[in-house]
Amino acid sequence: MATDSSVPTNAFAGAARLVDYWVIVYKRTWKGSAISSFITPLFYVLAMGVLLGDYVEGDPAQLEGASSYLVFIAPGLLAAQSMQTVFGEVTYPVMGMIKWHKTYFGMTASPLTVSEVILGHLGFVMFRVGLTCGVFTLVMAPFGVFATVWGAVLAYLVQFLLGLAFATPIYAFSAGLKDESPFALVFRLGMIPLFLFSGAFFPIDNLDPWMAALAKATPLWHGVDLTRMLTLDTLDGSTALVHVAYLVVLAVLGWFWAVRRLTRRMVG
Amino acid sequence: MTTSDSMILAQGLRKSFGSFEAVKGIDVDVRRGEAFGFLGPNGAGKSSTMRMVAAVSPVSGGTLRILGMDPAEDGPQIRSRIGVCPQEDTLDLEITVRDNLFVYGRYFGLPRKEVRERVDELLEFVQLTEKADSMVEDLSGGMKRRLTIARSLINRPEILLLDEPTTGLDPQARHVVWDRLFRLKQQGVTLVLTTHYMDEAEQLTDRLVVMDKGLIVAEGSPMSLIAEHSTREVAELRFGVGDNEAAADKVADLADRVEVLPDRLLLYTADGEETVAKVHERGLEPVATLVRRATLEDVFLRLTGRTLVD
Repeated sequence: MATDSSVPTNAFAGAARLVDYWVIVYKRTWKGSAISSFITPLFYVLAMGVLLGDYVEGDPAQLEGASSYLVFIAPGLLAAQSMQTVFGEVTYPVMGMIKWHKTYFGMTASPLTVSEVILGHLGFVMFRVGLTCGVFTLVMAPFGVFATVWGAVLAYLVQFLLGLAFATPIYAFSAGLKDESPFALVFRLGMIPLFLFSGAFFPIDNLDPWMAALAKATPLWHGVDLTRMLTLDTLDGSTALVHVAYLVVLAVLGWFWAVRRLTRRMVG
Repeated sequence: MTTSDSMILAQGLRKSFGSFEAVKGIDVDVRRGEAFGFLGPNGAGKSSTMRMVAAVSPVSGGTLRILGMDPAEDGPQIRSRIGVCPQEDTLDLEITVRDNLFVYGRYFGLPRKEVRERVDELLEFVQLTEKADSMVEDLSGGMKRRLTIARSLINRPEILLLDEPTTGLDPQARHVVWDRLFRLKQQGVTLVLTTHYMDEAEQLTDRLVVMDKGLIVAEGSPMSLIAEHSTREVAELRFGVGDNEAAADKVADLADRVEVLPDRLLLYTADGEETVAKVHERGLEPVATLVRRATLEDVFLRLTGRTLVD
């Protein structure tokens, strides 16, 4: 007697049915992304951390407790890597799955639900974050930027939370778009200013008070500050809790928004 | 579990998009093992109906039961037991033919080994074994359609929904698809298809409904619909552009009914040859004449005053 098809018992079991799909897709594309995910961090660490950092005085009082500029920007670059990976994965690819290839329509014609399809896709995005940030962490380790091993491990794990906090709302935004033209603005007016002004490259207190307040409202700053406290071993419990809570709330709100937007889009 | 033989039961089924009503209250009862068709032009509400039956689009009004279940409550259960071949292919173009089927089987929770066996069987069934390792983007339109059909069979569905299964295919590719669907029907799979091709409906369906503007305007077997709404034969007369209208008055009494189309006249009559002979006796000289059997196209024209394919 042949095995029958079935309905997943929970959303994670449903998402797990998509693993083979994502593995096959990744096998097709991994070479291009693997090289860039190794080379790019190396370039940043060398150019910004080592070479530019030579001109910056390694004064812990000026650098939030970091003993050199390289040590200061390393956690910022790591957090930015998580953010950039997510921006790349949940903009054009999401539109492709809806509009260009209609892959999602095939998936939701099966027993899988819209939530399970999103969960499966976000699972893949988290895999990509884990990979690019893992490579970044390993590339930076020999430069002595991590005060403790535990700090390095926890800083790495924070990137999943930060990535998810970006992934769900941007996914939701992408899921409702009719065409891809707003993505260019999302990158130029969203991701790049976040990258430059959220405390990755300079202490946020160097900004005017109102700009500093603005920067502190962004998810990337929360991710950068949390990561930096872990890599420098200057963790402050209550501040860390605020960062984690901010990122969790953003990820959860984004999730519900994403399910709503994609359901509306798919059901029509 | 459903105890009756009713595979799909719709009563007063409606679908609206904002203020637009795509389906305006239809009753349908599809029985086990039947090949059931929705015939109608573009915009008749066929695809909206199919999407509700496929348990992906919520019902706006009326009741709908698929395999005895309510799609609003049991969407995933219903979808695990039906197969869907959508109007537009949703294949992944950048992975192989085999991988497309394999990943799809996994969505249904089938073990990898079981899926691999089914993939080989289905590739054989749709005659794509030799293309198993090709990328989908390299397939012809007919091959993609066959692959989509194979994919919709991966869970051994009890009902197979086919939305315009051969639209856009060349005649030869259409016949290959028809042949495969006919075999499925023989295996006892309940087929539900939409089409705006009357020959497709005649070839494949046991029973069909004719839809127009969101409503069912007729129901029956292809033969009974023709018998009921048309004469046995049709004489087509072409008088040249602009002259058809004038000629229609002169031949009106020679047929049960005369339809004036932009390019020709249709004379509905029991004996086409005899009617053509009478036209000639009156001294009328059509540029071309053709006598044929009546088809569902004629039924549709009769019921709606319009042709199926614009």
